[in-house]
Amino acid sequence: MLRLFKKILTTGVVTEPFKAPKDDELEQLGIQIKRQIDRHFSGSIAIRQVDAGSCNGCELEIHALNNPFYDIERFGVHFVASPRHADVLLVTGPVSRHMQSALLRTYEATPNPKWVVAAGDCAACGGEFGVSYASCGAVANVIPVDMVISGCPPTPLALMKGLLGLMDARK
Amino acid sequence: MSSSDWVADFLDRLSPDIAVIQIDIPSFKLWQIESHAWQRFAELAMQQNLRWAAGWAEQMQNRFFINAGFENHGEYILLRTIINSSNPELPSQATVYPAANRSERHTQDMFGIKFIGHPDNRRWTRHQGWIETNYPLRKDFPVQGTPVGITPPDVDYPFIKSHGAGVYEIPVGPVHAGIIEPGHFRFQAVGELILNLEERLGYVHKGIEKIAEGREPESLARLAGRVSGDTTVGHCWAACMAMEQAADVKIPPRASLIRGILAERERVANHMGDMGAICNDVAFVFGQMQFTRLRELWLRTNAKVFGHRLLMDKIVPGGVACDLSDESCALIKKDLAELRAELTEVILALDLNTSLEDRLYTAGFLSEETAAAFGTVGYVGRASGQDKDVRRDAPYAPYDQVTVKVSVENQGDIASRFWVRYKETRAALRLMENFIDRLDAGDLRTEWQVPPTGSEGLGIVEGWRGEIISHVRFDADNKIARFYPRDPSQLNWPALEKLVLNNIVPDFPVCNKSVNCSYSGNDL
Repeated sequence: MLRLFKKILTTGVVTEPFKAPKDDELEQLGIQIKRQIDRHFSGSIAIRQVDAGSCNGCELEIHALNNPFYDIERFGVHFVASPRHADVLLVTGPVSRHMQSALLRTYEATPNPKWVVAAGDCAACGGEFGVSYASCGAVANVIPVDMVISGCPPTPLALMKGLLGLMDARK
Repeated sequence: MSSSDWVADFLDRLSPDIAVIQIDIPSFKLWQIESHAWQRFAELAMQQNLRWAAGWAEQMQNRFFINAGFENHGEYILLRTIINSSNPELPSQATVYPAANRSERHTQDMFGIKFIGHPDNRRWTRHQGWIETNYPLRKDFPVQGTPVGITPPDVDYPFIKSHGAGVYEIPVGPVHAGIIEPGHFRFQAVGELILNLEERLGYVHKGIEKIAEGREPESLARLAGRVSGDTTVGHCWAACMAMEQAADVKIPPRASLIRGILAERERVANHMGDMGAICNDVAFVFGQMQFTRLRELWLRTNAKVFGHRLLMDKIVPGGVACDLSDESCALIKKDLAELRAELTEVILALDLNTSLEDRLYTAGFLSEETAAAFGTVGYVGRASGQDKDVRRDAPYAPYDQVTVKVSVENQGDIASRFWVRYKETRAALRLMENFIDRLDAGDLRTEWQVPPTGSEGLGIVEGWRGEIISHVRFDADNKIARFYPRDPSQLNWPALEKLVLNNIVPDFPVCNKSVNCSYSGNDL
């Protein structure tokens, strides 16, 4: 047990300071809904992540948001287990046809007001998989999308900028 | 028994029953038999202790090639039979090898080939994305298909039912509570105890095999790198190896060493992620935080040295698309030394923790017999006594130049799967050092040769999850005619159904994580 405490103490705090995205960066992210979110959610959002057909690459980087370096919860962003508790759906992957109904139901189960973030190139435009007999392509082909974070996969920093861009993190 | 011995011995055993035509291909053993002997071959193969490793089909005009891969002592045999598309049926091998079960159901759904006597011929990959009488991998099926506006959910899938006092069902998924891939699990339980688990996968089927057709090598490598995002190096390597075999392209030694470094870096990153996640699933946050911290540092070095955190698209047909400067080599070596020291500290803190022991020991037990029966591979197999590793048993460059230490345990529980990962991580660190020391100046890429029409290749590598088998066949003009990647998860998913039995439902997440199969790599 002493070893454990020693390791905790010697590791210290690795969480990094994070600069909120600048205005031009926010514009690049195409955020026009920021003010609304500030008003409705008082600067804190609950996210339900939905893998609608991704290769799992995006999930790995979304996971990284909770590691001690990024620790996204300190900004009031937390991941929830049910769409009923969510303000934001963070959707990855091209939407596979077999996940289409599940994604629609998840969207319907999320209370209003709600926002949808499509994360990763596949979610943004279909990526390597595109539209086929098995894939609906971009998330926007299935549910309305408010913001896109591109990258294959987007880095945790890109995800963080995008998600914090949804809120007023500069307060 | 050495590998050449058993092959000759096996051919002798087959000869009274089955006429085997040995087709002369330099890179692997291709045996062709009559379709009626398909099941009989499996029976004899089982007696010879061969492991069933992969199964897939191909359409060649009005015929189907049915392929099955078998392995023993690192020697692979590709078994093939040819049937006419007017009456596409043959006896099932799943009656002999449970590992062939889902693979044959996949072939049934995708090609409309009937496996006679199959113990469970319910649909597998198909939900409601296309109708029952359409078969997406037939050449006359258009890649766009004929989808309806909203694909209905597969509500009528005939799940196994249970009856009796106190038995209840728990349906879980496809959308899960965590940040994980989608799939459906149907539990039958009494109280907290799991009586039965049925997996229903196929939710992330995105037509990888179909959209691979017609691609050129570089484009196929990119797609292969997205079969399963955590195994981008492994799948990309297997696909490139298969293409290089078909095109008779030999990659430069420097490129193969860099591929080795990339693959070992991927192994370490994933093992650290998994070890952390296993700790997290038993609410041991210290372990989770330490391992995710180490993983993040590791990925940052990936980004610095290779330009991508997950190492996507670094392996290309004919070589690699990245180089290692002396500076980078020094940085990696420094990293390795630091990680070693950190791992030692963390693991000592974990090893002596009784609450962790209490949760991980004896939970999620997979016996050696069950692991062998299902042909379980990778760390899941090795934690249950399956002493197999492609890097050692069928070494490919650069592993043919080094000694690969394979960690095997026979306890078969979650703790075993944790320890195997830990030992593999340590072994991977040594391998990386070894590869860096062997780096000589040289080319990174061999010029691509357009392969002859109809040529094929079989790429077999040890991904971080276990053995990956990729089959590629070329059409004319450098175009892909068929691509089939067999992710290790396809063999390991059935093991999960077995190892959760008699565990309590709340232990399912940690059981699942200890196996950590890919959904995407399974569904294709």
